[in-house]
Amino acid sequence: MNSILRPVRKIRGGAKVPHMKDTADCKTVFMPSPPEITLPMQQHIGAPCRPTVKVGEEVKVGQVVGDSDAFVSAPIHSGVSGKVKAIKSILLPGGQRADAIVIESDGLDTYADTMGPRDVHDKASLLSAIRTSGLVGIGGAGFPLSVKLAIKDDSGVDTLVVNGAECEPYITSDFRESVEFPGRVIAGVEMVMASLGLKKAYIGIEDNKPQGIQALKKVLDKRPAGGLDIDIVELPARYPQGAEKMLIYATTGRRVPVGGLPSDAGCVVMNISSVSVLCYYIWTGIPMISKRVTVSGGAVNDPKNVMVRIGTPIGDVIDFCGGLKEEPTKLITGGPMMGVAQYDRNMPLLKQNNAILALTKEETQIPQEQPCIRCGRCVHACPMSLMPAQIERASRNEDVVQLAKLGVMSCMECGSCAYACPSKRPLVQYMKYAKTVARKKVSG
Amino acid sequence: MSNLIVTASPHITDKRTTKSIMLDVVIALIPAMIASIVLFGPRALLVLAVTVAACMIGEYVTRRILKRSNSLSDLTAVITGILLALNLPVSIPLWMAALGGLIAIVIVKQFFGGVGYNFVNPAIAGRIVLLVSFSYYMSNWTEPFAYLSATAADTVSAATPLAVAESGGQLPSLLDMFLGVRAGSMGETSILALLIGGIYLCIRRVITPIIPVCFIGVTVLLTTLGGGDPLYELMSGGLVLGAVFMATDYTTSPMNAKGQIVFGIGCGVITSVIRLFASLPEGVSYSILLMNILVPHIENLTMPKPFGAKEAAANESK
Repeated sequence: MNSILRPVRKIRGGAKVPHMKDTADCKTVFMPSPPEITLPMQQHIGAPCRPTVKVGEEVKVGQVVGDSDAFVSAPIHSGVSGKVKAIKSILLPGGQRADAIVIESDGLDTYADTMGPRDVHDKASLLSAIRTSGLVGIGGAGFPLSVKLAIKDDSGVDTLVVNGAECEPYITSDFRESVEFPGRVIAGVEMVMASLGLKKAYIGIEDNKPQGIQALKKVLDKRPAGGLDIDIVELPARYPQGAEKMLIYATTGRRVPVGGLPSDAGCVVMNISSVSVLCYYIWTGIPMISKRVTVSGGAVNDPKNVMVRIGTPIGDVIDFCGGLKEEPTKLITGGPMMGVAQYDRNMPLLKQNNAILALTKEETQIPQEQPCIRCGRCVHACPMSLMPAQIERASRNEDVVQLAKLGVMSCMECGSCAYACPSKRPLVQYMKYAKTVARKKVSG
Repeated sequence: MSNLIVTASPHITDKRTTKSIMLDVVIALIPAMIASIVLFGPRALLVLAVTVAACMIGEYVTRRILKRSNSLSDLTAVITGILLALNLPVSIPLWMAALGGLIAIVIVKQFFGGVGYNFVNPAIAGRIVLLVSFSYYMSNWTEPFAYLSATAADTVSAATPLAVAESGGQLPSLLDMFLGVRAGSMGETSILALLIGGIYLCIRRVITPIIPVCFIGVTVLLTTLGGGDPLYELMSGGLVLGAVFMATDYTTSPMNAKGQIVFGIGCGVITSVIRLFASLPEGVSYSILLMNILVPHIENLTMPKPFGAKEAAANESK
């Protein structure tokens, strides 16, 4: 029998955000192929892909349409069958320009003939499977998963930490994965553990998702005795419990050193949906061509969890969910704490997106910024033990020495400080600015 | 869809605002205000009205002249006015009370940039300016309930328990001390009223008990070691008023817990030294003022280490 563990450490600070997880009981629905998808060649940190198809060429579902020889990169696959209509440069939400392949769907969903189970038996074959699956991390930056797991010196790495915390309000996409595909999640965990030779795995889930915890526990209990050592850790629901460093700390008690990676604390961290999608790829050869997103927010008529092809315009996904009740004040990809506000409903859905939120005026306050009263709420809220108010002042004075002393580079931009601020100061924006000040001065 | 707003994350915030926090402070001060009016009569209300009005007018006019936005609605000027009045004797000439309010708001607060930028507590600075300028009027104490007697009450002068203790006279009972039936500044005498306010502030999470506990604890400990009676030391002077409402002022106290401990202890040490050795009977105001000035240094020296800094240092030394 597997017991459900309590976290070994409590994270500091954070924010008691409202859960707003109204879509938790919405079973995943599959959105049919949209008329057209747009696939940016940069959906990850690292080298952009080069298109491997030409305008006018026929493509099939699962076919590679963009790839790169660079180590830090991930291939891009078509989610529809049809014809390449155009290859054009588009502006991405992050501010960078990238080539994008526009594919017109024929609506037939003909799969490429390269599908089929993948052979994974050791580290090298696992890494190559992850690479060809096109998986990227969902932490916003879209770090290619193959790079994340390709640890140079893995002698000290013994633990896999699976992130099912889903601490962002509204989002229930990872929760649905654990409820609908618990067997696949556990199978994926076992594959990764076996291939990388990891002794221990923790699946961290917040305690506001008991159904997900029970579904996974049932699968674990059914395994024959003597299986791999996998435990579920029931985490207190507190934002940002799902941040990589916080999750490692809560489940293992280890701290990732400043400027270090999870491997420096002997851990590999993977998102729960990523583990499951990887397993699916190894079983079927179907790469990362679609993504479950939670479509929610007060302006959406019919909030639900939708399996969407990557590259679908977010406006099409909202239309699939009954369209909009009212004009939203903000359209966000991702959660309300760290998601990106969009200005264009034609923006394609990217690999790392897990939600599309159309928030009303009441849900997303755009308040007036007021002077800092030095109340210290940001200091108490910072899970990284930083002093956001001091960092803001130091960045205004361009005081690089003080910024370094304040450890500005440790900021993960989780937004707990800005959430807590009674003067409604856009502290995350100030933190980003402070980092550019610190970087500029150091390099110049 | 042209009206979509784009900002940096997060896209939701806590409901707490500066105004709601300051409103909580005003609410926490209500018991002390009521106690001052009950103990020292309607004139206490008059003094309160004068200082609050002086602070609000001072704030409005200064910001108007300096072409800054009107900030009266954040209630910080109201709080300064209330705190200043509670630190004055009820017999203070009204023009002096008004002057104290103007000094606090115009010079100490607005000239340094307004809310969040003043480096010392405006009410304390206002009180100290009045104390050194008009020391006779600032130490002209009135007996509680003197306003009820038919004779010309305002001529009755009394001594505060600290002054009585220094001269070896008869002290009021502990119960009287707790309820506030003793001579002193309008708002400092009723420990009961101040505690109600302090507990309210802690429950509403406006303040943490760190600074008041360190401040009061150290003062009581050191003055007792110096030969004082712990309960009288606790309840006399402006210790509780200062520790709960003045030393916890956000702008002029450290933001981090470790810094708040240092700040509270520092206030306690200075207060004790003044009470035990200086010719002044009371040192709460001066101790807070001095510690206010040290806040940037305290924060620098007690800066928390970022998560994982210890591990990074350990790796480097390997």
